Amino acid sequence: MNTWLSPEEWTAVGISLKVAFTAMAASLLPGIAIAVALERGRFWGRAALDVLVHLPLVLPPVVVGYLLLLGFGKKGPIGSFLAENLGVVFSFRWTGAALACAIMGFPLLVRAIRLSLASVDRKLEDAAGTLGANPAWVFLVVTLPLIVPGILAGMVLSFAKAMGEFGATITFVSNIPGETQTLPTAIYTFIQIPGGEGGAMRLTIVSILISIGALSASEWMARRVRRRLSTR
Amino acid sequence: MANVSIREIRKSFGPVSIIKGVDVDIADGEFVILVGPSGCGKSTLLRMIAGLEDVTSGEIRIGDRLINDVPPKNRDIAMVFQSYALYPHMTVADNMAFSLKLKGAPKAEQQKRVGDAAASLGLTDLLDRYPRQLSGGQRQRVAMGRAIVRDPQVFLFDEPLSNLDAKLRVAMRAEIKELHQRLKTTTVYVTHDQIEAMTMADKIVVMHDGIVEQVGAPLELYDRPRNRFVAGFIGSPAMNFIDGTLSDAGLALPSGAVLALHHQPPAANGSKLTYGIRPEHLQLAPAGTPGTIPAVVAVIEPTGLDTTLIVKAEGGSLTVVLRERVTLRPGDAIALRPVPEQSHLFDEHGTRIATL
Ligand SMILES: Nc1ncnc2c1ncn2[C@@H]1O[C@H](COP(=O)(O)OP(=O)(O)O)[C@@H](O)[C@H]1O
Ligand SMILES: [Mg+2]
Repeated sequence: MNTWLSPEEWTAVGISLKVAFTAMAASLLPGIAIAVALERGRFWGRAALDVLVHLPLVLPPVVVGYLLLLGFGKKGPIGSFLAENLGVVFSFRWTGAALACAIMGFPLLVRAIRLSLASVDRKLEDAAGTLGANPAWVFLVVTLPLIVPGILAGMVLSFAKAMGEFGATITFVSNIPGETQTLPTAIYTFIQIPGGEGGAMRLTIVSILISIGALSASEWMARRVRRRLSTR
Repeated sequence: MANVSIREIRKSFGPVSIIKGVDVDIADGEFVILVGPSGCGKSTLLRMIAGLEDVTSGEIRIGDRLINDVPPKNRDIAMVFQSYALYPHMTVADNMAFSLKLKGAPKAEQQKRVGDAAASLGLTDLLDRYPRQLSGGQRQRVAMGRAIVRDPQVFLFDEPLSNLDAKLRVAMRAEIKELHQRLKTTTVYVTHDQIEAMTMADKIVVMHDGIVEQVGAPLELYDRPRNRFVAGFIGSPAMNFIDGTLSDAGLALPSGAVLALHHQPPAANGSKLTYGIRPEHLQLAPAGTPGTIPAVVAVIEPTGLDTTLIVKAEGGSLTVVLRERVTLRPGDAIALRPVPEQSHLFDEHGTRIATL
């Protein structure tokens, strides 16, 4: 395998996987929380939150990347605060790519979880309440297991989105080999240089393989979970 | 165990008033059935007792405790739902042990109590199964088992038999009644099926459109319905109603027949009244007999036990249930003689003013 991909190409694959996993993992808990708030909550500003979460779906990715640069860049208000107080830097780092990917994939994650929340039989939660469970327990013991299929689907969508994210990433953290160069930006670079078609094709194949792998893994898990949760 | 008292309860969803002032008293250990047509607010009332719906106004007490604002988990109740609401990701044993796990009861106690409940419901061999591997009747038992293991002060049932086929429903009726006789736990049971109500209840609460029409023991409601709604709702086949006019001679029916009244009802001559008589209180008489209702046979339904006749009479149809077998045929002209002391009169508001 080592002879098939060049070291630089391996690096890009590695960064892409690292970015995608980080983006997916970091957005999981906030994604569940926001999905629950939007689906079940009755609070002021719910409609505004709904719009905000969905913005990355409709805005041009470049715009999201640019907004991230303004906010989380070295001179941006949030970026400079985090750098000075916590030593966390996003701009031109792989962590910034993960942030961009997490935000771009967030609406997909939230939508998938919301859909499965909406299909939960509320009577199951009611019954738990009458059997002595407080709302937090009802959520942990009843609701959460029932929405696992939706969470899995959302995670795959978030991961796949991160693997393919281009516009926001390149705008926010550029395309630095070994730091922020991911599969899509590496492919883009190969296409730009004469004689790069071979590299572009190899990475394209890797990209397809990873996507198929992720889809199959999630299908397999979802089938198992669905069988466990079916009432028939 | 405890009594339940419901005082002046009201419930609105937004501007829509669903429960319009309901008072019910349920004694300790009593089996009370809320019955009424679909949409009359039975489930809403039960869910308010469970704490699953807010109370708009009024008071609900379990024992001496006002529970309007007590969360469901602290009300010491257990509810069985029409859809059973079993946890698909838990085995039968885990479903039944749910309330004990929440309490942190020791494993040994959990096993004993789940085992006992399972044995009493015939579920012992199914404890390791998942709900999807059970039949409807078995799931229904698991749902009851889960409630029994909770050992609550009050059982709440919301149409627990409505998803079962007819035969199983009859069997489960007896089983739930037996269970109640054994445990003697106060029970509020909701159904739209008046036969279920008649056969199972100590006391029936007839609801209609968000109000209580009448409260009483099954036969009390059957024999002395307070109004036309209860008279028509309780009993199957339903009571026959005929519009008539009060006169000196008795009640004049649309056909011109006049039914003699044994005593004067509290209404003026000329009043428009409704005459009500149950199908089993109509007897066959030779056509043309004075003081009877002329009728023409339309349908004959022998069941073996009895014979149901649908007849055309007084501008509508009447149902007659006879204990004996008959040789009648559709189209035959007959006459029906009401059993006098079993006839009811309702005024124009539907209130029963006399039973003759
Ligand atoms: N959460 C709700 N929001 C609005 N209307 C409701 C709600 N729950 C029940 N209703 C309405 O209240 C009425 C009574 O419902 P319900 O108590 O379920 O009737 P029943 O159990 O007697 O069939 C129905 O018209 C129903 O549409
Ligand atoms: Mg109902």
